[in-house]
Amino acid sequence: MASIAIRGVKKNYAKTQVVHGVDLDFASGEFVVILGPSGCGKSTLLRMIAGLEEISDGTIAIDGMVVNKLEPRERGCAMVFQNYALYPHMSVAQNIGYSLKVSGVPTAERNQRIQAVARTLGLEQLLDRKPMALSGGQRQRVAMGRAMIREPKVFLFDEPLSNLDAKLRVQMRSEIRKLHRRLNATSVFVTHDQVEAMTLADRLVVMNGGRVEQVGTPGEIYTRPASRFVATFVGAPAMNILEGTVELDGLSLLGGSRRLAMARAGLPVGTKVAMGIRPEAVRLVAPGTAGALDATVDLVEELGAGRVIYVDLDGAPFSVMTSEAVHPEPGSTVGLKIFPDDMHFFSSETGTRLDVFKASVPEPAL
Amino acid sequence: MVERTPFLNFFTHLILFVGFVLCIAPFVVVAVAASHNLRDVNDVPMSLLPGSDFWTNIKTAWTTADLGPKLLNSFIMAAGVAAGKVIISALTAFSIVYFRYPGRTFIFWLIFVTLMLPLEVRIVPTYAVVANVLSPYQTILDITGLSWLIEKVSGVQVSLSLGLLNSYTGLILPLIATATGTFLYRQFFLTVPDELTEAARMDGAGALRFFIDILLPLSRNNMAALGTIMFLWAWNQYLWPLLITTDQSHATAVTELKQLIPNVGGIPEWNIAMAGTLIVMLPPLIVVVLMQRWFVRGLIATEK
Repeated sequence: MASIAIRGVKKNYAKTQVVHGVDLDFASGEFVVILGPSGCGKSTLLRMIAGLEEISDGTIAIDGMVVNKLEPRERGCAMVFQNYALYPHMSVAQNIGYSLKVSGVPTAERNQRIQAVARTLGLEQLLDRKPMALSGGQRQRVAMGRAMIREPKVFLFDEPLSNLDAKLRVQMRSEIRKLHRRLNATSVFVTHDQVEAMTLADRLVVMNGGRVEQVGTPGEIYTRPASRFVATFVGAPAMNILEGTVELDGLSLLGGSRRLAMARAGLPVGTKVAMGIRPEAVRLVAPGTAGALDATVDLVEELGAGRVIYVDLDGAPFSVMTSEAVHPEPGSTVGLKIFPDDMHFFSSETGTRLDVFKASVPEPAL
Repeated sequence: MVERTPFLNFFTHLILFVGFVLCIAPFVVVAVAASHNLRDVNDVPMSLLPGSDFWTNIKTAWTTADLGPKLLNSFIMAAGVAAGKVIISALTAFSIVYFRYPGRTFIFWLIFVTLMLPLEVRIVPTYAVVANVLSPYQTILDITGLSWLIEKVSGVQVSLSLGLLNSYTGLILPLIATATGTFLYRQFFLTVPDELTEAARMDGAGALRFFIDILLPLSRNNMAALGTIMFLWAWNQYLWPLLITTDQSHATAVTELKQLIPNVGGIPEWNIAMAGTLIVMLPPLIVVVLMQRWFVRGLIATEK
């Protein structure tokens, strides 16, 4: 149980800077997920917390103590690696108990703790096996046991589920969540998988290009993305973005070829905006309906529970997700109804969210 | 790839067989010659049917060349060199691969360059150093004028001397440094995933702990391969033991074989010489047979 405070942390490799001044606070016992595309600096940040990478500038404090100069073992962190990094020549029990062996815990106590951890993770039958003889999920569990046995203050996960197949990933995801609830240790989990991020996180940190784009609960990130990047990165299929200009009584879209009438956009007239709308917020209506946009269907993806309909809006790609029993044929025309309350506005230049004054309209519940 | 090519199969087997015969024929001749008596072995052409004096010849060779102690010497030297090479090259490669320090690459290339300087090339200076290990220091003292200074001040004449001629240390030590082994280990260490190193760091293992607990067990196969090669190499050393052992007590079996080779004008006892050769060939053969499985595994990198 420990809080983590990250202050102005930067990371340079020779001449290139990969992390540009990150400030974050993780509360004790919190499960934080750092989400971002590959190369955004999320793993580097995690490794700096772990002590595997040097911190070029700024400080990282665990429980109020600055750990910049401390060795990994002195920081009280345990890490689960992407490819498990099990010692191939050691049995499962030896793998789990290695950190205790290094710190000189007597054999009897060590075995007892190995047994306890193995019981928690359901590994009792496998203690004598070598990692070679384990399945992916079992290896993953051993890696977790190795982290758990030290009873660390902080758990660090570096994309631990990305080597598992889809079904196992879902299963391990819930196991990690349950484990966290039981141990209640501060956990930092790095991933590029947004479903993983949304389901696991108490709080979500979205990173891009070495900077933090947004910090918030999964709900906040989804309903109020702070930037165009977050809006398009979180949510599948990705949020539709249409460039446009605010007019007195509506929105001119796609260089003026389309118009959406709206009582008041809540933004100064003439503002260049990127209007975002989630595919699941768009309603399909009959073509020619007043106030709707007509578009040609390109492709329909059947998901079982619903379908994603990709349409062409004057050359701009646009997707709609619906669970209604509509099956438009490719090539046919459909009407897209977009409600002003579902729209997100981002500055065309900077990509940051433009806050719209919405009188007495509550946030849509998730 | 599985192909059905009966003719090609036959042809490849033929080539293999010819190669095998070419390799094994000299040994057969040696073994046959070792079983003849003095008269038969000097027949021209020598009969390729085995004679009946094999054990007598072996016994004569053993006692004439005093092979018992010599084989022991050889074994101590070869094992010492092999062990020394394995240890020193593992440590060197560990330092080169896992530590960042200035001049790291330079040092690696410096080691690598010694591949071009085998013992035979530097045998005179090496001999001089082994004859008196401290002579380089003496030279430094002399050149800098320090020994002159010490003599003036204290009246003591500086003369450092530590000879290693006729000792196991002298036999083994100059042969230990190895670029091949260092390179082999370096290549192996580079294939060990970084995460393993990091996992060990997270587990609190220091550098030496990591080396002993993780790297050494992982490189068991490499150790066996390197050890085997180096054992054979050291066993077959001729020039260096010949040079350094002026005294019979430290001579190795390979150099002592010359005792059995008939002098010009002496009795042409080639049967005895061949019997001695057979004896001296045997220990490396046993080592190869015993280590073969590990040896092959250590040299193929794909084994996980």
